Amino acid sequence: MDEDDFLEPGQGISQDQRAELWLGALVFLVVALLLALLGFVTYEAWPSFAHNGLAWFGAGGSVDEQIQRIFTSGDLKETPVYTFHAWPLIWSTILTTVGAVVIAFVASLFIAVFMVEFAPLWLRRILEPVVRLLASVPSVIYGLVGVLVLVPFISNHLISPSEKASVTPIIQLSGGSLLAAVLILTVMISPIMIAVFVDGLRAVPRGWLEGSLALGINPWRTFWKVGVRTARPVLVAGTVLAAARALGETIMLSMVSGGVPFSPNPVDGLIFLFEPSQPLAATIIRNNEQISSPPMKHTLYAIGAVLLFSTAMLSFIGWAAKRPMRRYGVVA
Amino acid sequence: VSAASPAVHPRPASGGNAYRLTDRIGLGLAWLLGLMFCAIAAAIVIYFLIEGIRFLRPSLLVTNPVAASSESQTGGFLDPLLGTVIIGFMAMAIALPMGVAMAVWLSEFGRPAGLARVAESIIEMLAGEPSVVLALFGLALFGVPALAFLSQATHGVVLGQSFFAAAAMLSIVGLPMVVANVREGLQAIPAHVREASYALGKTKTATIRRILLPAARPSIATGTMLGLGRVISDTAVVLLLLGGTLTFQNANSVPLLGLLRGTGDTLTGYIYYNAPTGDGNQPDKAYAAAFVLMLMILALNLGVNSVVSRSRKTVRWS
Repeated sequence: MDEDDFLEPGQGISQDQRAELWLGALVFLVVALLLALLGFVTYEAWPSFAHNGLAWFGAGGSVDEQIQRIFTSGDLKETPVYTFHAWPLIWSTILTTVGAVVIAFVASLFIAVFMVEFAPLWLRRILEPVVRLLASVPSVIYGLVGVLVLVPFISNHLISPSEKASVTPIIQLSGGSLLAAVLILTVMISPIMIAVFVDGLRAVPRGWLEGSLALGINPWRTFWKVGVRTARPVLVAGTVLAAARALGETIMLSMVSGGVPFSPNPVDGLIFLFEPSQPLAATIIRNNEQISSPPMKHTLYAIGAVLLFSTAMLSFIGWAAKRPMRRYGVVA
Repeated sequence: VSAASPAVHPRPASGGNAYRLTDRIGLGLAWLLGLMFCAIAAAIVIYFLIEGIRFLRPSLLVTNPVAASSESQTGGFLDPLLGTVIIGFMAMAIALPMGVAMAVWLSEFGRPAGLARVAESIIEMLAGEPSVVLALFGLALFGVPALAFLSQATHGVVLGQSFFAAAAMLSIVGLPMVVANVREGLQAIPAHVREASYALGKTKTATIRRILLPAARPSIATGTMLGLGRVISDTAVVLLLLGGTLTFQNANSVPLLGLLRGTGDTLTGYIYYNAPTGDGNQPDKAYAAAFVLMLMILALNLGVNSVVSRSRKTVRWS
């Protein structure tokens, strides 16, 4: 019990005001930090965007060769080369993200409904820590599982030798593939979705569900028609947040996605699932040693800027989508 | 002929309380997916325990990595292990006070409302930001000549890679976890507790320091452990900002400062290096290191679980 815990005339007020000011200044600092983040990354990325214009996002030529040329041009002190067409990387990012988010959404919704309403208590007690555990397994460990277990399995059991032979002139099917990437990414982002979904579903007012039950609708239907529908904003928020995480996943994808900047084409039939690719974030980490070459540095920052703005956009949408749920008292 | 009135007819069996076939299939699917989820988690944990026990030798924990081409010559992972501890400690030393302060401001003050809304959405954005982007930012930030004292400079070019730089960026990775959990804990304390304290003549600052923060201690612990888990599982920042150099490369011979200004590695960087896709390609070493990292993550998770279940048992405010 310090003396200054209590209000003295005039003095206590100023102490509170001082505390509020300091804390507010700290919060302001973090806001400024994010602005600095946006500023720095955009500034470093600018030369790459300025030289390519919108063609940066387009297709054309081999990404590997372009990266090689950009890198050597910086090393030899000649005029820097910036020509870069990132479409194969963007396409790979879109395919892995969308694939994983779609599968994870269906699975997570069922698991979340199950956890909130239908699982027996003992199973609920297991599922909760399991979700937390899967959310906290490092992505390098997921990558290790992928590259040592799943990739060899796909290569040895799922891809037939004739399929391998059929694409040999273009690309090698070694198991590091879209399929491996999507499957592991699904396991990685499901816990994030489940956690958000569960919070939302728990917040649905009991009375609304009981009203439906009293009308003689069975519990399963009640929960889907009333509970899940009420929690729709949270479903959107959880999905979008998980999509942001999937978009930014770096290490695991650089390990299992094959590491070849190739665009798998769904028109080729199911074999496109076995084709390798390389998403945006993985490209940064795979080429991180070449950052010493100035034009390469600007190109890598440009990739970073695309990731930064797309994930920031998704996070913002997720945050905005969650706000309507405040009405029911959820502050997830 | 009152019996013909529709009200008396029994309801058709399909529409009422009875589970239709589709409902049964749905419920079955929910069971299946729930159990499958547990099975996947169990498989990952058990797999790493088995492989870890197979490949982990005590000697690995006390020898340093050497770049070589065979399992017997590449040494252990003493420095990466220490690196993980140092990085985790440094990052949380920044993230914990900052996170608690931000959570207190957001939950207890939150004025002006505009700043509160901006700060809230920014925390959310930072939580979703890929760490590789943060690493790029850190490289640009700590490459500024004015911050050369935090890393090394050769011929006026600032390297921007050091324990300081990596810890600073990793604290941003851990920060959202701390803020979200502490804030949730503070908001779970009902308003009458605060009012009781004010009624006794306590200032707001004293109320926060002596009533609210002690009451929110379980959430602070949870947030710290979850944030620490995030920090030590990160790889991208380690590779870009810590250098991923396997052993500590001190910047100079000053005892502690030289180490922290120099580059190093953590377990995650070591695993990445030794995975088949990395430059080292020594999967046995990667398994052993992954086992140690998994043990750390499991310990943190057990900690979180015990805090969560204990705080559920304690008496709620009423």
